[in-house]
Parts: sequence; C-alpha cells; structure tokens
Amino acid sequence: MAEVPSETTVREKPVEQVDTVVIRFAGDSGDGMQLTGTQFTNESAIAGNDIATLPDYPAEIRAPAGTLAGVSGFQVNFSEGRVFTPGDRPDVLVVMNPAALSVNIADLRDGGILVADSDAFTLSNIRKAGMDGDPLADASLNKRVRVFAVPLTRMTTDSIADMGLPKKTMVRCKNFFALGLCSWMFNRPIEQTLAWIGIKFAKSPALVEANTRVFKAGWNFGETTEVFVHTYEVKPAKIEPGTYTNMTGNRALALGLMAAASKAGKSMFFGSYPITPASDILHELAAHKNFDVTTFQAEDEIAAVCSAIGASFGGALGVTASSGPGIALKGEAMGLAVITELPLVIVNVQRGGPSTGLPTKTEQADLMQALYGRNGESPLAIVAPATPVECFNMAFEAVHVALKYMVPVMILSDGYLANGAQPWKIPDYDELPDISVRYWKGDLGFHPYLRNEDTLSRPWVIPGTPGFEHRIGGLEKDYNSGDISYDPANHERMTRVRAEKIERVNEDLNPLCVEGSELGELLMVGWGSTYGALAQATEELNAEGLATGHLHLRWLNPLPVEELKRIFARYKTIVVPELNMGQLVRILRERLLVDAIPVSRVQGQPFKVGELKARVKAIVEEGR
Amino acid sequence: MSGEQAKLNRKDFVSDQDVRWCPGCGDYAILAQVQRVMPELNIPRENIVFVSGIGCSSRFPYYMNTYGFHSIHGRATAIASGLKLARPELSVWVVTGDGDGLSIGGNHLIHLLRRNLDINVLLFNNEIYGLTKGQYSPTSRMGQITKSSPLGVADHPFDTVSLALGADATFVARTVDTETQHLQSMLTRAVEHKGTSFIEILQNCPIFNDGAFEEVSGKGSRIQNQLVLEHGQPLLFGPEDARMGVALGKDMSPQVVNMESTPEEQVLLHDETNEALGFFLSRLERPEFPVPLGVIRAMDRPIYEKEVAAQAKRALSEMGQPDFNKLFCGGDTWTVE
Ligand SMILES: Cc1ncc(C[n+]2csc(CCOP(=O)(O)OP(=O)(O)O)c2C)c(N)n1
Ligand code: SF4
Repeated sequence: MAEVPSETTVREKPVEQVDTVVIRFAGDSGDGMQLTGTQFTNESAIAGNDIATLPDYPAEIRAPAGTLAGVSGFQVNFSEGRVFTPGDRPDVLVVMNPAALSVNIADLRDGGILVADSDAFTLSNIRKAGMDGDPLADASLNKRVRVFAVPLTRMTTDSIADMGLPKKTMVRCKNFFALGLCSWMFNRPIEQTLAWIGIKFAKSPALVEANTRVFKAGWNFGETTEVFVHTYEVKPAKIEPGTYTNMTGNRALALGLMAAASKAGKSMFFGSYPITPASDILHELAAHKNFDVTTFQAEDEIAAVCSAIGASFGGALGVTASSGPGIALKGEAMGLAVITELPLVIVNVQRGGPSTGLPTKTEQADLMQALYGRNGESPLAIVAPATPVECFNMAFEAVHVALKYMVPVMILSDGYLANGAQPWKIPDYDELPDISVRYWKGDLGFHPYLRNEDTLSRPWVIPGTPGFEHRIGGLEKDYNSGDISYDPANHERMTRVRAEKIERVNEDLNPLCVEGSELGELLMVGWGSTYGALAQATEELNAEGLATGHLHLRWLNPLPVEELKRIFARYKTIVVPELNMGQLVRILRERLLVDAIPVSRVQGQPFKVGELKARVKAIVEEGR
Repeated sequence: MSGEQAKLNRKDFVSDQDVRWCPGCGDYAILAQVQRVMPELNIPRENIVFVSGIGCSSRFPYYMNTYGFHSIHGRATAIASGLKLARPELSVWVVTGDGDGLSIGGNHLIHLLRRNLDINVLLFNNEIYGLTKGQYSPTSRMGQITKSSPLGVADHPFDTVSLALGADATFVARTVDTETQHLQSMLTRAVEHKGTSFIEILQNCPIFNDGAFEEVSGKGSRIQNQLVLEHGQPLLFGPEDARMGVALGKDMSPQVVNMESTPEEQVLLHDETNEALGFFLSRLERPEFPVPLGVIRAMDRPIYEKEVAAQAKRALSEMGQPDFNKLFCGGDTWTVE
C-alpha cells in the first residue's frame, strides 16, 4: 500500500494555477457518479471555491449496463471567481465506460483532459456503446484532447485484493478511485471525504476500509505515476465571510418553508405524492418531524393538495409539492383554494413535458399552466427562485404572501434548481423576519368573507373558535353576507376582488433590480433557473462591448407593469431567453405591448452561455 | 360563549340557510336526525366540522350550524383527512353521495378507510346522480333505466358495504333515511367508535330514482326485508308470526330458514368483530335475502392521526426541540473569514 496522504504530504509534482475548472464525471447509472460528483463538489466548496453543479441522470433507475441510455453524469464548475453556471464545456471529463465517452466526448473542450477507465473499454462494451474501434486509440481524439487511459478497475481491485471481498463488491468501489485521483489532481482537501466515507458506510466496516483504501490508491496513483506531470490548483474565491454549506434547491425549499411556518407560529402540513424531481422535498421534511411538521404521503396528487387545503382550513400552513403532471391533477383543488381564499403553498418542480416527458430533465414550460391552468378566473400568486440558494428566501416570501393575503401561492422551481447545489451562507434563524398572521378580533356582524381594507383578505377563523361557526365552499359567495350567491353582479365583484388581492401583493415586493448595464443596446429578461446563464452572458457581452442589462423576475404574478415599462424603455432590444417555446415573452408582449423577442431552448438542459450569447447577438444584429 | 354547550338543542344546529332539496327528498330526514343527535353527543358545537364534496347530499354542511366546508366533487375525504391530521381534537364528519364517494372519490374513500382516521363518513346512497339530474351511478342496479342508460345500466354495481369492508374499514354500518330511530342509533355508534366510521344511508331520491329502496322502507315490505343486526343476537327477520332466519348452508352459502321448523341454534349469531361474517352479510343479495341493517363491523385498529402524533412525539424525544440554527448547519460546513 502506498503512503497515506495527509495535509503534510509533500507534493512532489509542480502545481499549475488555474482560475476556473469544469469537470464532468460520467459512467453507468450503477457506477456511483452522482455520489462521486457530489463529494468532489463538497471538497471544492470546502477548498473555498465558488461552485455550481449539474447532475444529469437517466430516468431509468438501472438501464442495461454499458448502454448509452444508462449513462449518468455530474458536472461541477469551481472557481476562484464568481460562478454562475455549471459551465458549457468541461475541461476535464472522467468516463467509466465507452458509453459514457460516446455520450459526453463532444462536450469536452479542445485541449481538455479525458480520464478513462481503460479496463472498461472491452470489445463488448465498445459495441454496446455503438462504436467500432477502441475510441481511446483514435488518433483524431488524441490530437484534440489529452487522453489518460487508466486501468482503473484493475487498480481498484488490486488495492483491496487481500480483503476477501466478492469481485462485484470490489469493482463497485472504483468510483472512489476516480474521486481520489481527481482530488489529487486538483489539490482538494480530503479529510472530510475520509470522514464521510466512515459515516456513509458505517453499517459495514469492510466497506469503509475498502472505499478508504481505494480512494487513497487513486490519490497515490496520481502522485506516483509518470502519467500525470502536474496538479492544478484553484485558489479560494473571494466570498463574503460567513459559515457556508452546500445547498440544493429542494433542500433549500424544504428549510425555507419550515422556517417560515415557524416564524409565523404555524404548524406546517405537507401533503404530497412522490414524483421526480420533487420527491426530495418530501424526504427532507419527513426527516424533521420534531419541527412541528406533518408530512402526509397521499394516495395521489389530488388528495395531496386537498389534504393541504383541509389543513389550512384547520389553521395550519398547508403546503403541497409536485411536478408538472401532478400539478395538472391539482388544478381543480387549487381553484377551490382560490375561491375559499385559504392560504396554500404549491411547489412545482418543473421537468420536461408534456405528459411524462423528460422526468429527470429540466424545463420551464409550466408558466402558462401556473398562470392559467385552472377553470374560471383563478389567479394565483407565482414566484420563481433564480438559484438553488434563493429557493430558501422565495419559500419564505411565498409563505408570507399566502398568509397575509389568504391566497394560494405557487413556487416554480425546476429540476436544475432542485438538484443543483450552491454554497449557502447559513443565515441566523433569529435574524429572519417574523411573519405576522392576522386573526379576526371583531365580534358582531361576522361573516367569513368580511375583508381587510389593506389586503382585501378575508378573516381566517378556524374551527374550534366558539361563536363564529361558518361554512365556506367552492360555490360563489355573496360579498356582503358570505352566503351562496348566483347574482351576476356579485360574481363579477368577487372575481375582481380575488384578482385585486393578487395585484396588491406588488406592494410587498422589492423593487426590480437590473444587473449589468443600466441602459443600452440589449435587455435580457429571464426567470427561474436560467439566472446563472443570463448573468454570465451579460457579464461577457458587456466585456465585449455590447451594453447589456439583465432583469431577472422573481414574482411572475403579480407583475409590476409600470415599473417594467420604465425599465424596458431604456433599452433598444428586449430579449427573453427561456427553456420553453416562449411563455414569459408572451405575457410581457401582452401586458406591456413591447416587441420582446423570445430565445427558446427545449432540450431538457440549461442554456449554454456560448450558445445563448450567439443567439442574442444575432437578434441584436438583425435589429440594427 | 362556550358555556352554552350544556343546553344545546336541535335548533342550535339548524343554520340560517334555506334548505333547497326537492320536496320529499330523503336528505331532509337524514338532516333532521343528525341535528337531533348532535346535542346528545356532548361535543362543543365549535369543534364540529362537516366536510362534503359535490352533489345534492353534499349541500349538507350549509344547513348545519357548525363549521363546514363544501368542497369539490369526490374530495371531501381527502380534505377531511388533512383537517383531522392538523386538528385531531375536532369532530370531523364527511357527507358524500354514491357518485361523490364511490365514483370520482372512490380512491380517497378507500384510502381513508384503510388509514383509519377518526372521521365519521355518511354516504347517502340513492343509486343515482341527483344533482346532475338523473344519470346512473356506481351503485345503480344492472338494467336500470336512467337518462344516461336508456337501454339499461350495463355496469356491474358496487356493493357499498362490501367495498368498505374490502378497504379494511374498522366500522361499517347501514341504515335507511326513513328509519329515524335506527339512523340516530347508528350515528351515536359512529361517534363512539374510534377510527373511521362508515355509514351507508339508503336514501330515496323521489325525483330521479323513486322507490329504489321500497322493499326496506315501504310500509308493507320493510318488516319482510330488513335484517336488523344486533351484536350477539341471532340473524332473524320477518313479522312475529312468520319469523325467518339466516343460516349457513352445507356448502357455506347463506340460506334463509323458516323459524317455525328450525331450531334457533342453527341460525347465525351476529358478531360485529367477525370479519368473515361481515363479508358474508354484505354479500346477501336482494331480493332472495333480506337487507342487513345495523353495525356490520366494529373493530379496533390503530388510529392514523394518533400514530402520526406519536411519531412527532418520538421525533421530539429523539432529536430534541426544534433548533433551526443546528438544522441549517446539518451538512458539511466551512467558514470563510
Ligand atoms: C369534477 C366534476 N365532475 C363532475 C361534476 C358534476 N357532478 C356534480 S354532482 C355529480 C354526481 C352527484 O351524485 P351523488 O354523489 O350520487 O350525489 P347526489 O346528487 O345524488 O346526492 C356530478 C357528476 C362536478 N361537479 N365536478
Ligand atoms: S334530485 Fe333527488 S337527491 Fe337531489 S334533492 Fe332532489 S330528490 Fe334529493
């Protein structure tokens, strides 16, 4: 066995300084690439880099081994500067088999590093990946990128051969060899990883030892072999002081909802039915039952939202979460929450559609569904976090609005935010604002649709309150008495009140903030998870001399129309990049009567900055 | 205001809304019995909540001077489940119809029954869709002529009680809108039962399905056809001078026996806790057999909201009081100076 690496190990090979690295791990679904990527990300975060990640895994849990369909990837971008996106093209690609190479190789930038497990490049695996000859030996590939063929499987099994483990178990450790090698290559701190292996495999001391040994073998291989001549170092980023942890969008949502409910002094009730990529919110909340959180795995999405509505009627904060197909099922019940004017938070972690679509891929195609996907005039407040970390704050705001205005609020996240990770500066709970809930204090003349003058919200008098027994329901109610009413003028009045409540939410929102140029040639308007790509593109376009502003909307309903008009007036061209066929752009065109131009991408993948810039520039050129 | 509880009477449960069912609708009788029983239950009025779906029957909450929620078609059971989980101390009642509860809401109903929340479900079965003006329902009989089945219903109907038993309900009873005393006693039993109580109430819709239950509610025929169940008592029915009994045949099939020529030991005894007997009773088919009325099953099983509360308590004792700052720092952390 080689030496145990430690902080004090003297690195013998020269260190090359680089400012940003994009690395992608790719292998079979069973190869543990998500785990490897996640842990490498943690190491990079601990090293003080700014990071962004993109997990990309197939819908099948285990597609046939070695096939193109079974390839799972995890990309992380780490830098000493600010990181907005997981990066367009990896600098380093680690592949565990020919299929992973075949799927990913075109993305590897010219001059980049390819590390491949040469043991996996057998004739049959190469055939399964639909290739003829050994791609590692391909001359043009070797000319374009630097190929490191490493007998990774053999070295893995060699390093633990004396442990008497079954062959299959030994081979499964090989992702730790890759992790060890990459940790060495980029000078990552490894103490936490070693500790983490101990916790992760605590149930099996043999696996702790095996994975630890394999991890170190990978590290030592880098250090001792002739193959690699130097290592790379990415200096810590200049990050605001504070304590950080890695945060995914789904976890941030769960924590934000819990914290907000607690700040409002409310029990939280979460009704949900499992669906990718939203299920992790349920898992996270279910693990914290000591926080006055009830999770209810309902029999379907309809029951999930209805149970949340029932809980809200009872005085709890009702929350439900799903993805597009499940949101479709919740439609009628969301309308019930609109007309009964109960607080409710609905999370839609969007994925590629229609129907089952691309369950594990990201898309922003449910905006119209959120705005209009119910019968009747049925407005909801809609908020869209821009980054994984923002999911925390937006969840907090959503709860505030739901309780203050007695309205359903939808949070539009997506698969990219849900699974993507980002360093989160841990807030102090005690410094988060309180959320006040108004209770009915009057006495005489009560009816359930009396309205607060400022917010137009109706009083939330909950069952158990003596003397105020009342009935609510899905039938239209009389403005003045709260009784059932079919009166035409009353219906219009109530419809307008429900719409006006949502409009008044504008008064609670922060002013819009344009990043990049305050005025000029181009304004890019975006929403949701495209923030990083748009921010990066904006920075680069300005550096290239095109005066570009970037406006990223958080609240999509209500829209601050007048404010938007003033901002739009400062730019020649308005472009709206979205991961759909052009949804926000239609809303903006309709509401503002501006000639905003869509930039669409519906490939189940985030924008690539390079491609986005090229398309935006073409539009600006055309307009000149 | 809570002091008024002690002296509540029927009128205290009558809301100020005009009741809008058709004249002669069985729903009136059910409403009256519910309002009559409520004061006897000693539950503070403010703690009572009626939740319903959509249908004629589902208008019920508006007429009760309690808390109420008239929701959407088929989903009352799901809404009630969330409400009960959030507020276990409330007395939660679901009012549903055969279309609302067994067709569009069938899924939620079976899941409520299996989970066994302490909720009382009143299913008004009129074997027709009333509110939408007369289409057949999942309990309409084969061959029945309705607006949507001019040549007769081709669907095989659910037996409501069999379905509830099959979903592992812990309390299942059947009664009739016109049997005021029996209906009241079933309501009282439902409240006493801890867990989901399911009562099928045979309800006449004089407009679209008049006389559907004539054999059990008609003056001349009811005695002939009602098999009134009493725990521990033999399964006997019919007029005093022509008593009949239900026995188990040699091939394990049910048999009607004449008590004049049969010793009483041969007749089955009712046992609310016997699951097999419950199914046996639910499969007695009219007109060959009488219609069992009463508590068909009553048994104990853990109550869902109590299990959930116990888990929350366990979480508190194992993981401690909520500490958000600790939670936020749950994963790997690092500090930037
Ligand atoms: C989603 C939806 N589908 C259909 C309807 C129309 N609808 C209202 S009540 C009803 C059937 C009611 O039948 P039942 O539950 O037996 O109640 P009854 O009116 O007979 O008391 C139907 C189909 C509706 N309101 N909502
Ligand atoms: S239609 Fe039938 S069920 Fe509905 S109110 Fe009239 S009589 Fe009753």
